[in-house]
Amino acid sequence: MDDLLREFLTETNESLDRVDAELVRFEQEPNNGEILGNIFRLVHTIKGTCGFLSLPRLEMLAHAAEGMMGQFRDGLPVTTEAVTLVLSTIDRIKSILDALELSEQEPAGDDVDLIGELNRLTASQTMPPPAPRSAIAPPRSAAIADGKEAAQQPWAERSASERFEDERGDRLANHSIRVHVETLDHLMNTVSELVLTRNQLLEIVRRNEDSDFKVPLQRLSNVTAELQEGVMKTRMQPIGNAWQKLPRIVRDLSADLGKEIELEMHGAETELDRQVLELVKDPFTHLVRNCADHGIEAPAERLAAGKPEQGAIRLSACHQGGHIIIEIADDGRGLDLARIRAKALERGLATESEIAAKSDAEIGNFIFMPGFSTAATITSISGRGVGMDVVRANIEQIGGTVDLKSTPGAGTTFTIKIPLTLAIVSALIVEAGAERFAIPQLSVLELVRAANGGEHHIERIKDTPVLRLRNKLLPLIQLKELLQLGPGGDERGFVVVTQVGSQIFGVVVDGVFHTEEIVIKPLSSKLRHLTVFSGTTILGDGTVIMIIDPNGIAQALGRLAPQGEQIEIGEAEAVVEDDLTPLLVFRAGSQQPKAVLLSLVARLEEIDCRRIEASDGQYLVQYRDQLMPLVRVDGGKLKQDGAVPVLVFSDRGRRMGLIVDEIIDIVEQRLDIEVASERPGLVGYAVVKGSATEIVDIAHFLPQAYADWFRRRDPRPLPAMRRIMLVDDSAFFRDMLAPLIKAAGYHVTSAASAAEALAAIRAGARIDVVVTDIEMPDMDGFELAAALRRDPATAGIPVIALSAMVSTDAIERGRRVGFHDFVAKFDRAGLIAAIKERTEDLHEAA
Amino acid sequence: MHDDIDFTEFVTFTVAGQMFGLPISRVQDVFKPSRITRVPLAGAEIAGVLNLRGRIVTAIDMRRRLEANRREDGASVMAIGIEARGESFGLLVDAVGEVLKLADVEREPNPINLGGKLAALSDGVYRLEGQLLVVLDVDRVLDLRGERMAA
Repeated sequence: MDDLLREFLTETNESLDRVDAELVRFEQEPNNGEILGNIFRLVHTIKGTCGFLSLPRLEMLAHAAEGMMGQFRDGLPVTTEAVTLVLSTIDRIKSILDALELSEQEPAGDDVDLIGELNRLTASQTMPPPAPRSAIAPPRSAAIADGKEAAQQPWAERSASERFEDERGDRLANHSIRVHVETLDHLMNTVSELVLTRNQLLEIVRRNEDSDFKVPLQRLSNVTAELQEGVMKTRMQPIGNAWQKLPRIVRDLSADLGKEIELEMHGAETELDRQVLELVKDPFTHLVRNCADHGIEAPAERLAAGKPEQGAIRLSACHQGGHIIIEIADDGRGLDLARIRAKALERGLATESEIAAKSDAEIGNFIFMPGFSTAATITSISGRGVGMDVVRANIEQIGGTVDLKSTPGAGTTFTIKIPLTLAIVSALIVEAGAERFAIPQLSVLELVRAANGGEHHIERIKDTPVLRLRNKLLPLIQLKELLQLGPGGDERGFVVVTQVGSQIFGVVVDGVFHTEEIVIKPLSSKLRHLTVFSGTTILGDGTVIMIIDPNGIAQALGRLAPQGEQIEIGEAEAVVEDDLTPLLVFRAGSQQPKAVLLSLVARLEEIDCRRIEASDGQYLVQYRDQLMPLVRVDGGKLKQDGAVPVLVFSDRGRRMGLIVDEIIDIVEQRLDIEVASERPGLVGYAVVKGSATEIVDIAHFLPQAYADWFRRRDPRPLPAMRRIMLVDDSAFFRDMLAPLIKAAGYHVTSAASAAEALAAIRAGARIDVVVTDIEMPDMDGFELAAALRRDPATAGIPVIALSAMVSTDAIERGRRVGFHDFVAKFDRAGLIAAIKERTEDLHEAA
Repeated sequence: MHDDIDFTEFVTFTVAGQMFGLPISRVQDVFKPSRITRVPLAGAEIAGVLNLRGRIVTAIDMRRRLEANRREDGASVMAIGIEARGESFGLLVDAVGEVLKLADVEREPNPINLGGKLAALSDGVYRLEGQLLVVLDVDRVLDLRGERMAA
C-alpha cells in the first residue's frame, strides 16, 4: 500500500475511534463544543487529505459535511435532524474507509443522497450575528479549522480580525501535532552528536583551569541536557501501546482453549522509547500466548488443584534505574521440569550427566534454546515455529535480558529487563591489551580484582580459567585473548562479572577506568560480522572505542569452554539493586579493611618502589609525564623494593596517589555509614561484605599531596556525608539521581512529593540540602521552597531546583521563593557541582 | 577541446608508488587521519575506526586492500573520505595528488595482464605523461566481504 494512503488511513481511523466513543454523548448533548470540534476536525482532515490522494468520493462527502459542521461550530444550535445526518455521514465515511483499506480504492457508488441533505441543511441555516459567537460555543473548541479554510466557505464571510481569532483558537485547541518518526529519529541522532561534542568541550575546558568558556559552556551543557531530555521525551510512549492488542488475544485464546483467563495489566503508563517499544511488541504477545497455552490449566484441572477456575495472567511494568522491568506472570501449573529434562535429552541439548547436574533454574532455561517446545501437541497458539529462542533473541538484540522463575503448581514469571532507550546507555570503560572498550552496564553485576595471593585469584581447571567467587565457580574469559590482542595467561586483572540471561561469567580485563554515558553508534557494515561487538562510540576525549556485546562474549564462551564443567550459579544474587554504591576495598596500615567510593578513584596502579623518590618529606613518582605526589594512608614508611598498589585520584588535571598495602576487591553494596568518625581521614565505618570497614575520607589526604588542593575552590576539606533530600514525583528520576548523588559521597533521602519531603523535614530529619523537582502535582517545587522559607526552623536549608525547563522566568521566580540554584534534570555533573557548592557554603557557615 | 566530449574529474593519490584515481563525485573529503582505533578480529584491510567531526569513519588501508607492501611505521598517510550507503569510510593512502579532469574516451580497459587485486578493483587506466593512472571502482573497493566469499 502507498505510504501516504496508509498514513491517511491510520490517522483517520484514530480520529474515528475518538469520535466514535463520543458519538453516544453527542446524541445526548448535541451542542457539546468539544465533540463538535472533534467531528469537525475529522471531516476537515479527511477533506484536506483526500485532494492529495485523489479520493473524490470521500472528498465531496467531507466537503459537504464540513460545511454543515462549520455552522454548528460557529454557534448555530444543533437540531435532531442534523444529529442523525452527522451520524449517517460518519457511518458512510467509515464504510468507504473500510473498502479503501481492502482494495486501496474508493468503492463504486456515490453519496448524492447525503450530500444533498447536508447542503440543504447548510443552506437553510443563516448565520447569527458574528459578535456573540464566542459566547455561544465553548472557547476551547470554538475554532478548530484554520481560519483560511473556513473563510473560503461561501456561507462564512468573516472579517480578518475574526480569522485571527480563529487562528489563535486553533493554537489553543490543537495541542498536538503529528510528526514523522524519521524526523524524531533524526533529531535524536543530532542531539546525540551534540551531547558528544558537549562532552568533548567539557573535557577540553576541564584541562584548562581558567577558561573564559567555562560559564557559557556550563549554560550550553544545561541547554544540551534539556534538549536531550526533551527529545527523548518526544520518543517516549507508554508501554500500554504495546499491550493494546493483548486483551483481545487473551479473550480469543480463552475461547479457543476452553480456559478462563483474566488479563491484568499494571503500569501500562510506564514510558519507554518507541524504538524499544516496537521491538518488544512481538515478544510480549508471544509470552502472553505462551502463558495462556502452556501455563494456565484447564478449569477442571485448576479446580482439582484447589485453585479458582479462572486463571490469571499478570502484566506489569515499572522503571528501575535506567531500565524498564516487565513481568509477565501466570498462576498456572509452572514449568514441567521433568518433561523439559526429557526433551533436552531427546533433542541432544545436553547429556544425561549434564542434566542431572543442572539446577532447576538452569533446566527452565532450556526453553529458550532454539527448537525447543514442550507442548505434547503442537497447538495453533504457541507452537508455530516462533519459539522462546526467538523471544530471547529479540530481547537480547536490544540489550535486554529475559529471565524466568517457575514454581510447580503456582505459576511461571518471565522477567524482562530492557534499557529505556537504545540511543544512550551507561557503560563501563575497560582496558585490554592497551586498547579501551565499553561494556554496557546493564549486564555488569560486579567488579572483582584478581591478583595472585589476593583474596580472589584466577585458577584453572584443565585449561579453563575460573574464579572462586563467594561459593561459586565463575567461568572466565580473557578479553585480551578473545580479541587476539595478546596472550591471555595473565593471572591478574579485573574480572567484570557479567550476566547474560541466566548465564553468569567473568570477563578478565587489564584495567577498569570508569563508567560513562555513551551514545551507541551502529557498527560499520564491514564489522557487523564480529559478534563480540555491538557498536562503536565516541568518548569524551574524542577517541572512538568499540562496544563489547555481552551476548557475543557469552556465545564465544560457549565455543571456547569445554562442555561438561558445571558451575553452580546462585539465583538471588543475580539481581542488581540500584542503590548500590561501588566501593573499592583495600588494606593499608592496619589489618582492618578500608574502602573508598570507587567513583572517586581515577585509576589503580602498581608502582615500583624504586621509582618513588622522596623529596622534602614527600613521596613523588613520575606518572604520565607529571610528578605525582604519593601519600600513605597511615603516614608510615615506604618499603624498599617491590611494587606497591596505588589508588590514583585525579581532579582538574592534578593527580595524587594513595599508597595502600593491598587492594582487596571492588564491591557494590548499599552504603550505610553506621558510625560516623571523628578521626581525621575517616568518614566512618560501614559493614562491607560482613566485616567492619573504615570508609576513608579522601578529602583528608588531598591537601597532604598539594597544600593548595582545595584552596583553588575552598580552603577546607570536603565535609563528611552531607544529607540530601531528593524530591521528585517521578520514580524514574529518583532512581536515576539518588545513586548518583550517593556515589558522589552524600547521604540521600528520597521523597515522592513535596508534602512528603516537608513532613519528613518537619518531623526532624536532618537535611543539609534539598534537591527538588519543580513540576510536581499538588505542591510544586516553588511552593515547597516557599514553605521551607516560611518556617524559621527550615529557612536556612538551601534548595536546588531540578527542572526540565530552565527559563529566565522560572529562574527569576525561583530566586524570589528562595531557590539557590537551578539545574537541568539531565545535567548530572551540574547537579553534583551545585550540591557540592551548597554543602561547602554550609561548611563555611558552620 | 570539444564541447560534446564527456569529462570526469578524478582525485588522484598514490599507494605504494602507483598512481590511482577516484571519481571526484564519490569523494567526500580528504583528511589527515588521526587517532585510529584498531578493531580486534577485523580483517587486515580494516585499519580501524576514527572520529571525524563526530562521525565514525571506518578506515580501510589501501595498501592492504591492494595487497601492496605494508606501510612503514611513521610513514605519512592521508585519508580519502567516502560515503557509501549512509556510512563513512576513509581510504588510507600514501599521498593525495591533484584533481585531474580527463576525457572519458581516453580511458582504456584494464590491460589483460593486469593481475590480482588491481584487476579486480580497477575500472580502467589512463595513460598520462610519464605514468599510468589506475581508476578504482569505489563500490568494489568497499566490497570486502563479497570478494572474500567469492575467493
